[in-house]
Amino acid sequence: MRADMNLFKNLALLTAGLLFAVQAYAGVKIENWQTSTGADVYFVENHDLPIIDISVNFAAGSARDTVEKAGLSAITRHMTTTGAAGMSEEEISKRMADIGAILGGEHDMDRAGFKLRTLSKLPEREQALDIYSKIIQQPDFPEAILQREKTRIIANLKESATKPDSISSKAFMKAVYGDHPYGFSSEPETVAAIGRADLLQFYQAYYSANNAVIALIGDMSREQAAEIAERLTAALPKAASAPPLSAVGLPQQAVEQRIEHPASQSHILLGYPGVSRGDPDYFPLYVGNYILGGGGFVSRLTEEVREKRGLVYSVYSYFMPMAVEGPFQIGLQTKKEQGEEALKVVRDTLDGFMQKGVTEAELKAAKQNIIGGFPLRLDSNAKILDYLAVIGFYKLPLTYLDDFNKEVDKVTTAQIKDAFNRRINTDNLVTVIVGTAQ
Amino acid sequence: MLVAMLPGLLHAATHEFKLDNGMRIIVQEDHRSPVVVSQVWYRAGSIDEVNGKTGVAHVLEHMMFKGTKEIKPGQFSRIIAAAGGRENAFTGRDYTAYFQQLEKSQLPLSIRLEADRMHNLVLTEEEFAKEIKVVMEERRWRTEDKAQAQVYEQFNAAVYNAHPYGRPIVGWMNDLEHMTAADAREWYKYWYTPNNALLVVVGDVDPQEVYKLAKKHFGPIKPRPVAERKPQAEPEQKGERRIVVKAQAELPYILMGFRAPALNDPASDWEPYALELLAGVLDGNASARLNQELVRDSQTAIEVGAGYSMLSRGRQSLFMLEGTPSQGKTVADLEAALLQQVEKIKSSGVTAEELQRVKAQVIAADVYKRDSMFYQAMEIGQLETMGYSWKILDDYQARLEAVTPEQVQEVARKYLVRDVLTVATLDPQPIEPKTNKPQVNPHAR
Repeated sequence: MRADMNLFKNLALLTAGLLFAVQAYAGVKIENWQTSTGADVYFVENHDLPIIDISVNFAAGSARDTVEKAGLSAITRHMTTTGAAGMSEEEISKRMADIGAILGGEHDMDRAGFKLRTLSKLPEREQALDIYSKIIQQPDFPEAILQREKTRIIANLKESATKPDSISSKAFMKAVYGDHPYGFSSEPETVAAIGRADLLQFYQAYYSANNAVIALIGDMSREQAAEIAERLTAALPKAASAPPLSAVGLPQQAVEQRIEHPASQSHILLGYPGVSRGDPDYFPLYVGNYILGGGGFVSRLTEEVREKRGLVYSVYSYFMPMAVEGPFQIGLQTKKEQGEEALKVVRDTLDGFMQKGVTEAELKAAKQNIIGGFPLRLDSNAKILDYLAVIGFYKLPLTYLDDFNKEVDKVTTAQIKDAFNRRINTDNLVTVIVGTAQ
Repeated sequence: MLVAMLPGLLHAATHEFKLDNGMRIIVQEDHRSPVVVSQVWYRAGSIDEVNGKTGVAHVLEHMMFKGTKEIKPGQFSRIIAAAGGRENAFTGRDYTAYFQQLEKSQLPLSIRLEADRMHNLVLTEEEFAKEIKVVMEERRWRTEDKAQAQVYEQFNAAVYNAHPYGRPIVGWMNDLEHMTAADAREWYKYWYTPNNALLVVVGDVDPQEVYKLAKKHFGPIKPRPVAERKPQAEPEQKGERRIVVKAQAELPYILMGFRAPALNDPASDWEPYALELLAGVLDGNASARLNQELVRDSQTAIEVGAGYSMLSRGRQSLFMLEGTPSQGKTVADLEAALLQQVEKIKSSGVTAEELQRVKAQVIAADVYKRDSMFYQAMEIGQLETMGYSWKILDDYQARLEAVTPEQVQEVARKYLVRDVLTVATLDPQPIEPKTNKPQVNPHAR
């Protein structure tokens, strides 16, 4: 329930960035192969702890939704866990709990993911894998549970529609992406329109082995990992590979949306379509953004908006690299009366950054942090698992982790200025302000 | 039985040291990655605050990044960042803690900087004036604009009349508005002294080397007596309490708490362990009673929860229930359904199978946590600043294993009674319908 309310000084520091930089450290040896059904497998053997972590990711994120039935991809993923191969949802949860296994799920614009953490010994491992493989390959999609879950989801959507952070992020994505599926959002009407037949069709179309990437780490041999990967994919539907996502169109003019809200703070988001995975501009943008607003307490935005003026608790910027251009976003919250002042400081800071670029000293400090902190990216099985999944899903080179620090080190101040100015047109920036002073 | 199958994982490599000035050091070796987490814990949290100065523990936490005699404001973070580190701090009811995560060779930097700000903090009016505004923004973001956070704040204020747990960690807004740099300085003087601090280091380190480092940097700091702590014991609750909070939201919400004991004497207490298992039976997994019966079967609620934590420096705890009713159901319906679940356990007890399921999860969680150095350091720091020993972790599983279904039923009967219940409900207020229509203005800059 409610844990101790720990007051972190700056949540953005802790949350912005997990998905970005991937890296391999000396000692992390990645093995890679395909299952007989064509799924890509990424494996790291590690016997330090008696645990196994697995993830299976399908190219079945919200970018595969239609605007009329937005939410279908998320509901399909969620519903697989509510009944499979004749097991009821109660049996699934009880049998997982009986062995202390943890079934996790992830869903974003590109991916629908399933995670499993279990003890590696028998009988725990066997029982966990049995349920996990059935959820992925033999979901029943019970009709009654679908109706119940739709009701719950719609209630939560209505609740979100009263929250300034949800209102602002939804409006932001719509303004940045327009008709592109990255801009779709679930609404009570779109969820209400989804039926069991839609789930079955979506599952058959996207949950195939050739749309799947399997990542495994922990206390198992290569042979065991290969057996597990086969077992998780042998009975998946046969389907064509998911087609590439459509290209992202860039905003043709600046958009500024002001949405009234009774909250005491304005929630402000600025942004633009950013960068895709594997994009040659990725490293200059990543390192540059560390200096602009990604580097927690030491970024320019934090320095200008928080440290010098005390206008916010949190201000940040990030690039979220996706299959096609994911968002570049700057975000902050400040009391309404000073919203315009804070917005002006953010815009001035961004403009200065675009026009003058970064200094050599700033670049050096950024590299010191990113390169020096590299071992922290891989200090747990849970973190390495996520990196394996990203490398596999986005077809990054197997040496991506080994090369990461070299790529960071190569970045120059000129490249940062050039990449930002080519990629982010600040004349056509999207700005969303929820909660405006009267 | 399962416990015996996982030897070797139980604190094989935890070392304790104490400096002459009273500062304690606990080092846990973990050689899986070439990294280290270093945390300095002060036994100073909102529990130690007094009326009119609520939130000062957390404000001082912010001010600890604002420079010392040697380090300029903001430089602490820059130095750690340049070493590849991640850092932050957090304030709770019972403690304030500061941490860095670093590649292992950088540990001396972290120790040196923490020692410096333990006794050399420079707290200027200018920096305070800016940072107090930041903290007020933090309060707006965390509490003022979040309906359920407002309910939680008001709930605690209703539960505790005398005990400081009734006050929000972030502080009341009016107290923040009137807080001065002098208040923060006073707090620093009262509590920031080595005899009130604990260093926890977990990672790829040699414990003797860590001790030597700590001795070199923290050792010369002179101890001071800490301020007097009054018990501020909460009077007995004599009857049910109810409050309503109106705030902007779509869905109603209910939060209920029964006064319950915290762990006091780890050598002999068994009730707190039984209460933890009771919370697990109600809400330990998706098939536990509350979710299975109220969300999945009867569909009275769209969300439910139960929780209890035995650990608290104030030796006060609550057994909590919460939930959001389904459309067409009221908070009164949900309250009745939650209390009915409690009554069912009082009259019919829990099954051995249910208890075994909760215990299995605890055993697995104890293995999983080894994948996170940060979590392991947190656990040690919390226990120690709350006045327990980290060594109670060694017995934790065995103590849970020993609890019987009858004991779980017994604590439900003894503590989940109406006279010590507090109920808070959220009465959702609409945001004006017209206000949700965006006005789109093309904007050329």
